[in-house]
Amino acid sequence: MSDVELEPGDALHPGKPVIVDRYRGATRLNHWVTAISLVLLALSGLSMFHPSLFFLTAIFGGGQATRTIHPWIGVVLFFSFLLLFLQFWRLNLWNRTDVEWVAHAKDLVSGHEEKMPEVGKYNAGQKFIFWSMSILISILIVTGIMIWDEYFFDLTSIEVKRFAVLIHAVAAVIIILVWILHVYAGIWVRGSINSMITGSVSGGWAWRHHRKWLKRLAAKPANRGGPA
Amino acid sequence: MPDSPTTAVSNPPVQEFVNNLGASDMISRSATGDLPPPARRLTEVAKLIDVSKCIGCKACQSACIEWNDTSPAIEDNVGIYMNPHDLTPEMFTLMRFSEWVNPETDNLEWLIRKDGCMHCTDPGCLKACPAPGAIVQYSNGIVDFVHENCIGCGYCVKGCPFNIPRISKTDHRAYKCTLCSDRVAVGQGPACAKACPTQAIVFGTKADMIKHAEGRITDLKSRGYANAGLYDPPGVGGTHVMYVLHHADKPHIYDGLPDNPKISAVVQTWKGVTKYVGLAAMSFAAAASVLHGVFAKPNRVAPEDDANAERLVGGGPEERT
Ligand code: SF4
Repeated sequence: MSDVELEPGDALHPGKPVIVDRYRGATRLNHWVTAISLVLLALSGLSMFHPSLFFLTAIFGGGQATRTIHPWIGVVLFFSFLLLFLQFWRLNLWNRTDVEWVAHAKDLVSGHEEKMPEVGKYNAGQKFIFWSMSILISILIVTGIMIWDEYFFDLTSIEVKRFAVLIHAVAAVIIILVWILHVYAGIWVRGSINSMITGSVSGGWAWRHHRKWLKRLAAKPANRGGPA
Repeated sequence: MPDSPTTAVSNPPVQEFVNNLGASDMISRSATGDLPPPARRLTEVAKLIDVSKCIGCKACQSACIEWNDTSPAIEDNVGIYMNPHDLTPEMFTLMRFSEWVNPETDNLEWLIRKDGCMHCTDPGCLKACPAPGAIVQYSNGIVDFVHENCIGCGYCVKGCPFNIPRISKTDHRAYKCTLCSDRVAVGQGPACAKACPTQAIVFGTKADMIKHAEGRITDLKSRGYANAGLYDPPGVGGTHVMYVLHHADKPHIYDGLPDNPKISAVVQTWKGVTKYVGLAAMSFAAAASVLHGVFAKPNRVAPEDDANAERLVGGGPEERT
């Protein structure tokens, strides 16, 4: 059980202050490749979504270039996210604490996080982001291939493509909303972004937001690295 | 001098003729919200294709290739006269041949329809196109693709209720019949109409073409085609290429001519509510998070949290075991 609550690379460095390793270098790199792809996809996709944003095609060197490159970035994003998915899915499975956490979501927003249940490496909000991203990226890659006419025109009928392009647009809007939530949460909860830059967080951060995870790490001597 | 030619039959004018179809005649332009209203209104033109008079000689196809300087690939004969196999980026019009047994008479009827852009009053391609100015519509009814603005996304293919636009694999731009906008602009009718030896294709003002069609329909009815009629489908606001059909009650027998074409509801949703609500939702979320980020109290780690963590973790590994 305990092994399932940690991810490879999670480690504790006792000291003053305590430092906790949260994401390995490879995971961080993987995350940022995914993040950059998502941003580029959003920019190129938005330029083809609404006329008022068509000017964004200039970033990619014009409309033709934008249309050419967008699906390829999608392929990069898909595989990059797939690697993240394989690392994260276990700890993002829904459990009873999550139900309780959601019930206390008000306390989080009003600044009473201490009233919330202790959570492991991921809280319900993070799990929501993870699963939303997973589902939406799956929808986007499938519908995206269906409208990637340069290579897959003969795969589907025009009628099917009409649905595909509509679903692609709706899913894209939703994923951008989820992305805004993700970035916002990372900024609002101070100290979080560090976990994806240096890979570690402070002990206080872990205590405050992921106490079960911290306790699990503290309980196993094997998880301890040297003093930070 | 009329603003547009009223026939394709007469010989071209010999005097100098300035381009009479310009940007100021556009009544809509893809992905452009703020198009200035046109200075003048041209008379609507139309091409009328009388299916009952067509002999399937493909002079129109040849004229189209000639005028537009395209080079459709030479294909194999697969047992029917239709060639190439479909509209292509190099073939803007195509004679479609279908063999249909009339259940009432038990006669085999050989139906030949000249397929190509219908120049809809409500063009689905233009509605779907995301590139400003890649598709334009003039006040005389012509819907034209402006290739230098095209990004090759193929949205027009999804928008079109008649399955007309084709994307070139070479230059990645969309192609279709222009109604010879470049000829019409200088006082000439479309090349296909000019070439047709039986005058099954005629060209003129839309009003004249409707009148001409009425005469043809009366004639067909007197010859036993009780359902003869004009194909000018109202679902797309009418078209600027119209057919006289001997079986106007069932357009689909003419190799799948849509019975009641209109822009798909899926496309309407995509280009309507999705676009506006989507943009609004994203802008709202972005603005709200920026505001909240600036004005709300961030969720910060308190000194007690650090102290608690230190207490929990203790000095070193040995202590905990
Ligand atoms: S392929 Fe060209 S003309 Fe067709 S929708 Fe895309 S940009 Fe517009």
